[in-house]
Amino acid sequence: METPENLKKTPLFNLHAELGGKMVPFAGYNMPVQYPMGVMKEHLHTRAAAGLFDVSHMGQAFLRARGDQDIGKLFERLVPGNIAGLKPGQLRYTLLLNNTGGIMDDLMVTRHEDKDNTLFLVVNAACKEQDFAHIRDKFKDEADLEIFNGRGLIALQGPEAETVLSRLWNGSANLKFMQARGVDILGYECFISRSGYTGEDGFEISVPGEGAEDLVRALLAFDEVKAIGLGARDSLRLEAGLCLYGHDLDEGTSPVEADLVWTIAKARRKTGDFPGAGRILKELEEGAARKRVGIKPLGRALAREGTEISDQEGSKIGVITSGGFGPSFGGPVAMGYVASAHSATGTRVGLLVRGKMLEGEVYALPFVKQDYKR
Amino acid sequence: MIKYSKDHEWIRVDGDQGVVGISDYAQESLGDIVFVELPEVGASFSSKDEVAVVESVKAASEIYTPVGGEITAVNKDLAGDLSLVNSSPMEGGWFYKIKISDLSELDRLMDEAAYNKYVETLS
Repeated sequence: METPENLKKTPLFNLHAELGGKMVPFAGYNMPVQYPMGVMKEHLHTRAAAGLFDVSHMGQAFLRARGDQDIGKLFERLVPGNIAGLKPGQLRYTLLLNNTGGIMDDLMVTRHEDKDNTLFLVVNAACKEQDFAHIRDKFKDEADLEIFNGRGLIALQGPEAETVLSRLWNGSANLKFMQARGVDILGYECFISRSGYTGEDGFEISVPGEGAEDLVRALLAFDEVKAIGLGARDSLRLEAGLCLYGHDLDEGTSPVEADLVWTIAKARRKTGDFPGAGRILKELEEGAARKRVGIKPLGRALAREGTEISDQEGSKIGVITSGGFGPSFGGPVAMGYVASAHSATGTRVGLLVRGKMLEGEVYALPFVKQDYKR
Repeated sequence: MIKYSKDHEWIRVDGDQGVVGISDYAQESLGDIVFVELPEVGASFSSKDEVAVVESVKAASEIYTPVGGEITAVNKDLAGDLSLVNSSPMEGGWFYKIKISDLSELDRLMDEAAYNKYVETLS
């Protein structure tokens, strides 16, 4: 059981306490779910200015090829994306797949600009031990995995993120969406990518553990920046239509079902050289039985995770996997899986909430327009 | 007179009329309120019946009426501004008015001093 005593701490633990963060157990870590400002204001502040998130609980690692084989090509054994084609300093969202085409985790993969034949991986906190064991097992003596325990990872997200970061690093405006660079900030060797999990423009900054608090204090000193907890991180990503592993994605779910077909590289659909290709190629051809969709409850009541979705006759057609209130959308938002026959945008569905059937409709994701600097 | 239940509802009583809402402790624990479902005017309930639902960004909570009776009014202002529950839980953020059927049920509730003590034991 997770008790406060055996929970792990990020390098920013003491700062969270000082900022009045309300700490909760999350993936084995003691993490701030909100600060005194509250989830709603934190969410809106991130979309209006800049929010700063501690995501140091996530797994960070280098994967370096031992021999001459390209590390990107090697990594393609585990994922359906085009990793061989990643240019130095470019990153991509991809999926670790199991042999039956289910999603073991979703992750960010960067081809390191400065380090030879090296990928930088960022994986979900709850999956990191399993992911890293899986990667080591698959590559054995072909590649070395260097895991960064205790390193910080912070996300700076929102329309003012570029301006704010430019005061500490003059290259922020030149880094495009899904590019990454090694940068010295405040004397710490950081690794910055232009990416995030909010639907806003922004950056994720990997920083040595001993420098995390300095960097965060320097950023929080700017008026535009507020510390944001996991509560708002969840509502921001939900409005942006982004999946949360363990909720919207799991080991039984394929990329086709999850409506993540875009992560399966065109060339690799021909070669079929990724785990679970049999099932996935078949689903690409024939369609999957169910599909992840956005669901907009038509009233004011929320449809939370686990809510049963039915057709208009009342037969069960699916389930909500993420649901809550969308502060920027101004109403309840959700996503879930429905039988593919009911997945067209605008399809009316029933949502079984507290014993009552509420109206909802299939909604084209995202709920809030993404604003990336491409 | 104001009384509190262990479920963090308050009831302000004038004769056999009561006004019910949730306490400051309750709104603070729930966080930002995003949905409230209020009972129908004219409906009758026994004490501890579920009469309303309040949802915050974090979770849904049922509201149990601290006393039985007939609902005589609901707070229509909440339809336009749910933040009243957070900003003014004891005044503008009230939920419903009830004609109390058995005043002796009030005796089972806590007064303000007892409730404050009770809340202290929770944190």
